[in-house]
Amino acid sequence: MRSAGAGLRRCDKNDFEAFADMQPSSSPAQTSPRANLAGWLYVSPLVLVLAPFFVAPILVVLAASFFATDGFGGLTPGFTLASYVEVLHSALTLKLYLATIKFTVLTWVFTLIIGFFVAYFLVFHVRNQLLAIGLFLLCTVPFWTSNIIRMISWIPLLGKEGLINQALLGVGVIHQPLEVLLFSDLAVVIAYVHQLTIFMIVPIFNSMARIDKKLIEAAIDAGARRFDIMRLIVVPMSKSGIALGTIFVVSIVMGDFFVVKVMSGGGSASVVSAFYEDVGVLQYPTAAASAVLLTLVLVAIVSLILRTVDIRQEITR
Amino acid sequence: MKKDRGDIELAGVCKSFDGITNVVDGVNLKIADGAYCCFIGPSGCGKTTILRMIAGHEDPTAGEIVIGGQNVVGLAPVQRRTAMMFQSYALFPHLTVRENIAFALRVRGQSKTDRLRAADAMIEKVRLTQFADRLPAQLSGGQQQRVALARAAITEPRVLLLDEPLSALDEQLRVQMRQELRRMQQELGITFVHVTHTQLEAIALADLVVVMEQGKIKQAGAARDVYAHPHDRYVAEFMGGQNVLSGRVEKVNGASFTLAQAAPSGIEVPLQARANVSVGDKVDIAVRRDDVALVRPGRDLPPGCTTSLPSRVLAIEYQGYFVKVMLDTVPDDEFVAYVPEKTFFADPFTVGDVVMATWATGSALPLA
Repeated sequence: MRSAGAGLRRCDKNDFEAFADMQPSSSPAQTSPRANLAGWLYVSPLVLVLAPFFVAPILVVLAASFFATDGFGGLTPGFTLASYVEVLHSALTLKLYLATIKFTVLTWVFTLIIGFFVAYFLVFHVRNQLLAIGLFLLCTVPFWTSNIIRMISWIPLLGKEGLINQALLGVGVIHQPLEVLLFSDLAVVIAYVHQLTIFMIVPIFNSMARIDKKLIEAAIDAGARRFDIMRLIVVPMSKSGIALGTIFVVSIVMGDFFVVKVMSGGGSASVVSAFYEDVGVLQYPTAAASAVLLTLVLVAIVSLILRTVDIRQEITR
Repeated sequence: MKKDRGDIELAGVCKSFDGITNVVDGVNLKIADGAYCCFIGPSGCGKTTILRMIAGHEDPTAGEIVIGGQNVVGLAPVQRRTAMMFQSYALFPHLTVRENIAFALRVRGQSKTDRLRAADAMIEKVRLTQFADRLPAQLSGGQQQRVALARAAITEPRVLLLDEPLSALDEQLRVQMRQELRRMQQELGITFVHVTHTQLEAIALADLVVVMEQGKIKQAGAARDVYAHPHDRYVAEFMGGQNVLSGRVEKVNGASFTLAQAAPSGIEVPLQARANVSVGDKVDIAVRRDDVALVRPGRDLPPGCTTSLPSRVLAIEYQGYFVKVMLDTVPDDEFVAYVPEKTFFADPFTVGDVVMATWATGSALPLA
């Protein structure tokens, strides 16, 4: 009786496959799609979103990058590498990539430093769980308004007549207002850091929060000072969070043109702003080729990051 | 080369986390240099807090902690020269066995060659040489335990503190690692303070067993003292192996007194240390389970036995070299006899049999 019950339960667990075993008459060709059906149903919502809104546009862009153009927005289906040759031969491309990489690296460095220390403070120095969550939510306050408003708000602060210039003038540190504060590369980096630090804080906070506090105690017991603990325990164990945050920040900065455009006052450009211009003058194949190229560069960067840090292993740890 | 003394003295140590209740409540204790001391008690009795205060991970609210003649309250673990082995080990998951063990030397600024040589020597001592380059997750529980021990011991501390070191292991490994702990302690010749909630572990290992309840020490002494001569009902019941009975004193006659019980004759108990017993007092006594003999009604009692309590057999458990017989001798408490296997099977009882539970008068122990 008991064994029969156990057998029944096991049969439930293995659902369709066990069912198939017990009924050899039904052909495997009939049962195997049924066994997979549940699996397909689980992923279908994601597929339904990704296929039309992600895969299809990418394929369209990829196709367009090989098409020829009449110069007035008309596309001739075909296969030509002309657009790629044009993009790769242009001296502007290299310059734009260098500029974009400069913004990316600067933004990455500052968001990483700020993000790491904010997360460190929240995880290791705020004892009260409720307070930590409150402070964590405080980090998201800038996101309660739109990106445009956030960027405009820099003007009264950084502008020629802005608060910082006035304060510095008032104290007498400077005698001329600083021009470099607004509509400059500095302003671009400031806006990016302001906007993207949260993308560092969240994953780093998450991986730090999973560090067993006993490990810190064990390190103190072994005689480690605060800096040693950070260097030898916290940083290596937050690697997955740092990697994830890096992926967010790098891909957002490299794929952005709006912040560069607004905050540099049109003085600087990025890779994306160049092919945005291309689209503006109806050069679709060149824009598409630039987009494909940027995607490849980003894929390369992301796979490099994933190569250094085995995120999957770190997360399941 | 004798290192610094590692004797520990706790004087009036109190700890309160909320300012209202004391988790550790006025603990006084001396642990000799090179002793193996076990704190034992139910969870929440304050034993781990005491350990953490000795280690320097928690500061006492009041009182002094003296190690080797030096008051260490407020000092960091390194300055105390103590090392702690954490419950579930707290090994650094991203470092190999060798790096884990060398960690303390690394943060002390030792050169790489020196510290790796020292770590390798220690790895050999705990017999992990072939696993030196593995990560903790790739080791078994027993191996992880040895890594934790080696990591704690590498700084040559004068006191090693172990927080439930064997609780994560399965039964067989626990017995094996228990011996290994004792071996290491003798090899290192330093004071070990070990927290556990397993009675067997404590009495098997310790020179000094400290039984705790609700932040207070109930009894501290050699393992055999605590097991065979518990001070009070709590210790007797916690350490196990004893039947505790209570009743009122019926009469006091010279060297013994008689406890009124269900039995018509009462229970005769030697006075021993408890001289101040008067008629009418409520007294607990303990009788070791292996001192209890079971006799069928009407048969003669063994020599030296004056008390016999009629009982019914409630359950029988075969335990190998003895048989555990549970009886309804006393109304509210459990009463158990450990009958040697051969004696039991010479004339086996079955559940429901009526027997007389008896013991040599001298083996009954009055409790405080």
